[in-house]
Amino acid sequence: MRGLSVMLSCVILLSVPAFAGEELVVYSARNEQLIKPLFDAYSAETGTEIKFITDKEGPLLERLKAEGKNTPADMLVTVDAGNLWLAASVGVLAKVNSKTLKANIPAHLRDPDDRWFGLSVRARTIVYSTARVKPADLSTYEALGDSKWKGRLCLRTSKKVYNQSLVAMLIARHEEPKTEKLVKSWVANLATDVFPDDTKVMEAILAGQCDVGIVNTYYFGRLEKKQPGLPLALFWPNQKDRGVHVNVSGAGITAHAPHRAEAVKFLEWLSSEKAQNLFADENLEYPANPKVKPAQSVAAWGKFKQDTINVSKAGGLQAKAVMLMDRAGYK
Amino acid sequence: MSASAEDIRQSPPPIESGISDWLNVNVRLWRLASFTVAAIVAAPIVVIALSWFTPVGDIWRHLVQTVLGELLWNTAVMMTGVGVGVFLLGAGLAWLVTMYDFPGRRFFDWALMLPLAIPAYVLAFVAVGLLDYSGPVQSAWRAVFGGSGWFPPIRSAGGVIGVMVLAFYPYVYMLARAAFLSQGRRMLETGRVLGLVPRAAFLRVALPMARPALAAGVALALMEALADFGAVAIFNYDTFTTAIYKAWLGLFSLPAAAQLASLLLLFVALALIGERQLRGRARYHVTLRVGREQRYKLAGARAIYATVACVVILLLAFLVPVGQLLYWAWNTAHLDLDFRYLRFFFNTVSLGMAAAVVTTFGALLLAYTYRLKPDRWVTGAVRFATLGYALPGSVLAVGIMVSFVWLDKQMLQWLQSLFGLNTGPLLTGTLLALLLAYGVRFMAVAHGPIDSSFERIKPSLWQAARSLGASNREILWRVSIPLLRTGLLSASLLVFVEVMKEMPATLLLRPFGWDTLATRIFEMTSEGQWERAALPALTLVMAGLIPVIMLVRRSSPRG
Repeated sequence: MRGLSVMLSCVILLSVPAFAGEELVVYSARNEQLIKPLFDAYSAETGTEIKFITDKEGPLLERLKAEGKNTPADMLVTVDAGNLWLAASVGVLAKVNSKTLKANIPAHLRDPDDRWFGLSVRARTIVYSTARVKPADLSTYEALGDSKWKGRLCLRTSKKVYNQSLVAMLIARHEEPKTEKLVKSWVANLATDVFPDDTKVMEAILAGQCDVGIVNTYYFGRLEKKQPGLPLALFWPNQKDRGVHVNVSGAGITAHAPHRAEAVKFLEWLSSEKAQNLFADENLEYPANPKVKPAQSVAAWGKFKQDTINVSKAGGLQAKAVMLMDRAGYK
Repeated sequence: MSASAEDIRQSPPPIESGISDWLNVNVRLWRLASFTVAAIVAAPIVVIALSWFTPVGDIWRHLVQTVLGELLWNTAVMMTGVGVGVFLLGAGLAWLVTMYDFPGRRFFDWALMLPLAIPAYVLAFVAVGLLDYSGPVQSAWRAVFGGSGWFPPIRSAGGVIGVMVLAFYPYVYMLARAAFLSQGRRMLETGRVLGLVPRAAFLRVALPMARPALAAGVALALMEALADFGAVAIFNYDTFTTAIYKAWLGLFSLPAAAQLASLLLLFVALALIGERQLRGRARYHVTLRVGREQRYKLAGARAIYATVACVVILLLAFLVPVGQLLYWAWNTAHLDLDFRYLRFFFNTVSLGMAAAVVTTFGALLLAYTYRLKPDRWVTGAVRFATLGYALPGSVLAVGIMVSFVWLDKQMLQWLQSLFGLNTGPLLTGTLLALLLAYGVRFMAVAHGPIDSSFERIKPSLWQAARSLGASNREILWRVSIPLLRTGLLSASLLVFVEVMKEMPATLLLRPFGWDTLATRIFEMTSEGQWERAALPALTLVMAGLIPVIMLVRRSSPRG
């Protein structure tokens, strides 16, 4: 009996929720080290306490769905437009009508129905060996399927959402049959098995296993920071037509947010000029707000034209893209 | 009507009806408790099975037409390789350190368990980093032999199997070691006296006698390999788990993922039941060891071989990866190391200990009830409760979360209608939920060692205790528990280490701000910052050393 009462009191002790004044609860698929500085800055400025958990986007989304009306979460922060699109399409994000957000974030980087907003931008672009490739030989994503790149191309696995979004955008431009042919031509040019991450792709190029690859800009930035002057460079493809494929990390307010008004204020603050550098620079990304300049080392990669098709397109076409890559033998 | 000879032959021997017949305990109470534990553990599996109500034919068609065949083949190759590998390595090393004496034996005895503290994906990352084309080994190789020097590709089936064998052999080693220790040498010597040469004595006496332990160890290793996503992703080796994640995260269909996962479970269940069936009526009781036993002393070249074998395994599975982590951690510590690490360390260790106690207790309950009365219901409950380990962590974590959230909703409604209280979720986001989740995930890990220890106890011991007038409580505490000591220690050690490494459930269910070393590793690795993950990973390994050394020392016989 005593054991039972001890157990019961443990249950009660462990499950008493904490009470505080102004607070916000955030579920984030963006890493702790990238969002915590923002939370701290906001808390210091406004006194609002921000509680959060980080996890992968899949489990977080399931948790929001399962919790429904009882969710403690006010905001979902995640990476990749496909994930944001999915969250909105299963109904866990609420529409936010904010002039500030619309003014700060360009139309192609937010949900057409205003349920989420991109907060930082990363380009998925071509990286090449400056020792073995002349930039004049490069032109477009499509041209990486040319036979001159046979045995010289390195790619990351198709299981990564960044490549799924890239191919989804290609489908949006070219329709499926042409895209499938294109992906097949990439696969035919691969120098070796696909890699588990972007850094490995660049390391393979450095080691001479291949000459070109496709990576997110901030991975290049990280490697460059570690080994200044490395014989690799970024190339901005498709400058004569649609522009470079970009993706976002972003956030939305949950459908049953307990502190909605406060959460909207926070989201607006995140899009503001003072927060945008804090959001993008730590991860070497581009601020989504065009009034804000990127970090110096990021700006040094040069200006480029970005594809202005709405990034949410990637979500709707993602499943198609995955199936297409399976058919094309892109592992 | 009198019983025919046929009836008598078919009626099971007395032990089959369980020891409850003459132990006079309240079987009903034990059964009730066991069913409760099994129900908690089984709830997420039921959630996953419910997915079959959602039709996802197009995704199935796509998978079958494109990748499924290759994935099944890859999985079969990996399972075969890992199964054979962990068996040979685990049982072989265990035999070596329990039966023979050679330089360094006392050290290797516990040190060979250390690789348990290294998560498989960490080992995989280090192996690929060192041995891939752009890594230091191949670069040096090319520098010496010119650009065309052939090198075995690390990102291959062989590479995956090698890494997994090194990461998972400790399961078999630990359980086999305990079994060989408790068998002692008497049975073996009996075999020798009856004319078996040493090798035959090992193959025909020692190994078959250790079968429950070996089967439990290999099963744990294989379930871990099946559920693994991190290590295979680093090798880009696509297995059945890859299809599960592809369906969920790529094709946005959790029901399809859950259906695939439940097929995986069905396969595991069949394999486990098959193994039990093959054992038939065989029993594995051992006589108690008496006094001190001497090990065979190896001399000369054979002693050197033994030492070298142990050194090589320890080097590959532990020292090299730890060395690499040390190197990275040294380079990146200034970015990350501060007082928060004390907190991470404390959170990790206390969660591990609490979960070890809770889970071991639950597993003991299940195994004991099974011994009391192994009827169909109890057997089914035990089987069901130990399946979840083969599920990919994230899928099981979501299953657990969904069942907890459901429970929360019921409690909420109940509190509201009875008392008008609006409390918010009582379970999700609490430490209690996290502990329960670990119990669900690692019940199999605790059950394996405990169950195989039970197999070794002669039922006549209980009978003897009873006839000497021992009460039920005394029989449990003074006869059963001491005999199960090694099993209980192994079980809690395994759970402790597994919980420390666990990521998906910890991430999804932890209270706000309750970060652990594993969640810290996640923050770094999810965006590919492996070098910065070295610091938490190394701290994790060090935290894992404490229980390994402590418990192994206590479990080895004195002398």
